[in-house]
Amino acid sequence: MPNTITFAVTRYRPEQESEPTIQNYEVPYDKDWVILDALNYIKDELDGTLSFRWSCRMGVCGSCGMMVNGSPKLTCATFLSDYLPGPIRVEPLRYFPILRDLVVEMSDFMQKLKKVKPWIIRAAEGRPEESEFIQTPAQLDLYKQFSMCINCTLCYSACPVYGLEPAFIGPAAIALAQRYNQDSRDEGAEERHDILSEEDGAWECTFVGECTKACPKDVDPAGAIQQFKVTNTNRWFKSLLFPKGSK
Amino acid sequence: MTERPHYILHHPKLHRRTMSAWWWLGNWMFTKFALRELTCVSVGYIATLLLLQLHALGRGPKAYIDFLEMMKSPLFIVLNGVAFPLVLYHALTWFHLTPKALVIRLRGMRVPDSLIITLNYLVWIILSLAVIVIVGG
Repeated sequence: MPNTITFAVTRYRPEQESEPTIQNYEVPYDKDWVILDALNYIKDELDGTLSFRWSCRMGVCGSCGMMVNGSPKLTCATFLSDYLPGPIRVEPLRYFPILRDLVVEMSDFMQKLKKVKPWIIRAAEGRPEESEFIQTPAQLDLYKQFSMCINCTLCYSACPVYGLEPAFIGPAAIALAQRYNQDSRDEGAEERHDILSEEDGAWECTFVGECTKACPKDVDPAGAIQQFKVTNTNRWFKSLLFPKGSK
Repeated sequence: MTERPHYILHHPKLHRRTMSAWWWLGNWMFTKFALRELTCVSVGYIATLLLLQLHALGRGPKAYIDFLEMMKSPLFIVLNGVAFPLVLYHALTWFHLTPKALVIRLRGMRVPDSLIITLNYLVWIILSLAVIVIVGG
């Protein structure tokens, strides 16, 4: 077992360099450490100028996503022991603009997320007569998987379509749209349909399938997108067969 | 203090990365995806061939025999020999991706992916056998 492990970390200090560079750090090896522990060790003991985002340390907040040896990972859930003997390459999340060191600019995702209206939409305001929305376990089961999304954007960094076509609304936004579309309390599928079926919506996806593999919460965005495509196609066929019929 | 305090606006100097045209070569999963997408050319080729075959059939026995003779030329044997495994690869990858798009629930339980994939294979085998029986018989 090694005493230390080498970290090759992307640095980008816009006030002094125009291109990102790589800086190496020797970090003590501990089998219980995750990548985030090592980054915090670098920050505390070796180089206080290194910038990165993190918060909960337990795979819930979704802020510590980075590229580890070329794959998008939550650094709080990625163990050093899986990368022996090193070196370990840590980069900012792929396809997003770099703000500083390992910190990326995520407003593009935030705008897209808002666009799909990820909240319960009701036709009329107010509660039902029973004063609560009844939902059976079977109805909950329809969308529960998609509701586990923590907005970490690893799926965007896994998706070459997003890299090539930045206007693509993206895996997490579509999965969250489906989370509400499948919710028995929601009546907003029609509003979301127009956003998801437009040019930069679900049909931009060519089903690479890497988003689902990258997802740390097993949300399966690739599944959500393909399921929306099926719904969208059925709707199109229905409108073709019954032009005057209900939607 | 005469000068009023003011905020310095945030002007980030973002670094934007560009994607190489060879992005699909660095990672085996991406290469496999690109191959799957490329195999659609073979699907197009086989579909066109089938349409030409039907067209020849419609024009009578002579045209159909001419078509079959043309298929015996080395060029078409090589083309078909290359296209067939690619079409097979294309079809099989989509068999394995079907469960992502096809969610079937029976008695509140989601039908397992493996069952949907197996059903794809079963239907394929049954249809192939039917074709063999019709053509051979």
